[in-house]
Amino acid sequence: MLIPDNLFYTKDHEWAKIEGDNAKLGITDFAQSSLGDITFIDLPKTGANLKQSDLYATVESVKAASDVYAPLSGEVLKINDELVNHPELVNKSPYESGWFSIIKIADAAEKNKLMTPAQYKDYVEGLSK
Amino acid sequence: MNYVPHTELDREEMLKAIGLKSVDELFRDIPVNLRPRSFDIPPGKSEFEVVEYLKLLAAKNATHLTNFVGGGFYDHYIPAAVDALASKPEFYTAYTPYQPECSQGWLQAIYEYQTIICELTGLDVSNASLYDGGTALYEAAMMAVRLTGRKKIIVDSGVSLIYRTMLYTYTSNLSIEFVETPVVHGQSCREDIFKKLDDKAAAVIVQNPNFFGAVDDFSDMVERAHSKGALAIASVYPVSLGMLKSPGEMGFDIATGEGQSLGIPLSFGGPYLGFIAVKKEHMRQMPGRIVGETLDKGGKRGFVLTLQAREQHIRRERATSNICSNEALCALRALIYTSLLGKAGLQELARLNYQKAEFAKATLDKVSGVKVKRSSPTFNEFTLELPENADEVVSKMISQGFACGFPLGRFYRGLDNYLLVAVTEKRTKEEILNFAKSLEAALCS
Repeated sequence: MLIPDNLFYTKDHEWAKIEGDNAKLGITDFAQSSLGDITFIDLPKTGANLKQSDLYATVESVKAASDVYAPLSGEVLKINDELVNHPELVNKSPYESGWFSIIKIADAAEKNKLMTPAQYKDYVEGLSK
Repeated sequence: MNYVPHTELDREEMLKAIGLKSVDELFRDIPVNLRPRSFDIPPGKSEFEVVEYLKLLAAKNATHLTNFVGGGFYDHYIPAAVDALASKPEFYTAYTPYQPECSQGWLQAIYEYQTIICELTGLDVSNASLYDGGTALYEAAMMAVRLTGRKKIIVDSGVSLIYRTMLYTYTSNLSIEFVETPVVHGQSCREDIFKKLDDKAAAVIVQNPNFFGAVDDFSDMVERAHSKGALAIASVYPVSLGMLKSPGEMGFDIATGEGQSLGIPLSFGGPYLGFIAVKKEHMRQMPGRIVGETLDKGGKRGFVLTLQAREQHIRRERATSNICSNEALCALRALIYTSLLGKAGLQELARLNYQKAEFAKATLDKVSGVKVKRSSPTFNEFTLELPENADEVVSKMISQGFACGFPLGRFYRGLDNYLLVAVTEKRTKEEILNFAKSLEAALCS
């Protein structure tokens, strides 16, 4: 299970990579492996305003349709267009080419509510016990 | 005859299994004053008695009248093969036949039904069908709300009042704002639609031909809707598509309609057939079942339900709709009917309807006091202006053996003297001439 140490995590298995004023968002390796082959991703529109913990995307796999919640609040600056035709990128590379969107962080303090890599590792291990 | 399958012993065992003493205990959460005191169920009847009773009810139907009534439901000829094939027990008795391992026949039929709906409407994806034209239009409206994230919907009042009422009823707790635009001289008012089409609009809904029979090319309106980020939805009459520009050609995002005219008999309350077809880009927001074509393990062509992640059994409360069923048997009839006619047959059928209606227009125009409204082209239905109340004329014509049309005053205020007349391929030249003669006599009396 990959858990890069430069990201922040949520209990719903989303990650956020803070890059200056912006954050890149996606779902974790644990999420993609639990979902199985991903067939479609419904992404928000550019310009949409996300609120921390609110639903902002939906991932369909051969098994299920799952909701994705925003790790941080902010305006969507960019979405990963590649995922429209290649949703399998999330399975192959959840932290790199399988990213979902880039937002302009609205409230930097919100990251304190997220888990560190170490906390997320414990959390995931707890789930599998 | 006992209709209850469980024996007293069955009931005792079931109660014992859940730890109850009586059936009444099952309902203990319902306060006594809210429970019915008696179900007032009369004693059972024999088969003979039931048949006699149903015959009595059936005799109330006025089936002897020559039918010129339309208003969304049309008297088309249904070839005997439709009944013969659709009543095959493999089709007729199957319930929720979606399991690919044992329902390839049904799944293929639904797949082919979807194909004909796509070809008729000129759109990319159809589902396995919906309940009727009204529920289909509601589902289309909700698709637009989900796709745009907006809550205002513009509805042309040329859309059947039945459908509009269904739209408003279904959405009454969803805080969706409906804005109606007026019909002027029997046609949708573009100016008014354009005025109301702003960047808050999720969709604009029109009907073609509209309730007055008027045929329109909505391409310009669709373009305007798209420029405001709204979707365009058309409710259409499938038989007319053998001749008219399709919703797809006009650029509509979603087409819906009542499929009754495709091989389903007219009956009070249905069952009828709702169809919906959408552009491919919107398919993930489409409600209901969709059958797709695939290959099995051995590389053979086969059919399965597809895109099920939209549906209730997977997506729960965030499903596209609470519909998990379809109108399979009626969809099958539509498939058999359209397959029997084929492309050339459907075009010929549309032409016949159009020409007979044009002949009826020319004939009725000569009846003194009657005016055929000619502000726009029509398909097989048109509006007559009468010198007296249309409801009364309808009553007088019934005694002459004619169901002469739908009095528009029932749906539209101020149109008490207007009659909507439909002429299908079933109406003969003689019937149309007699209709005109009887109308002339009725107006003099």
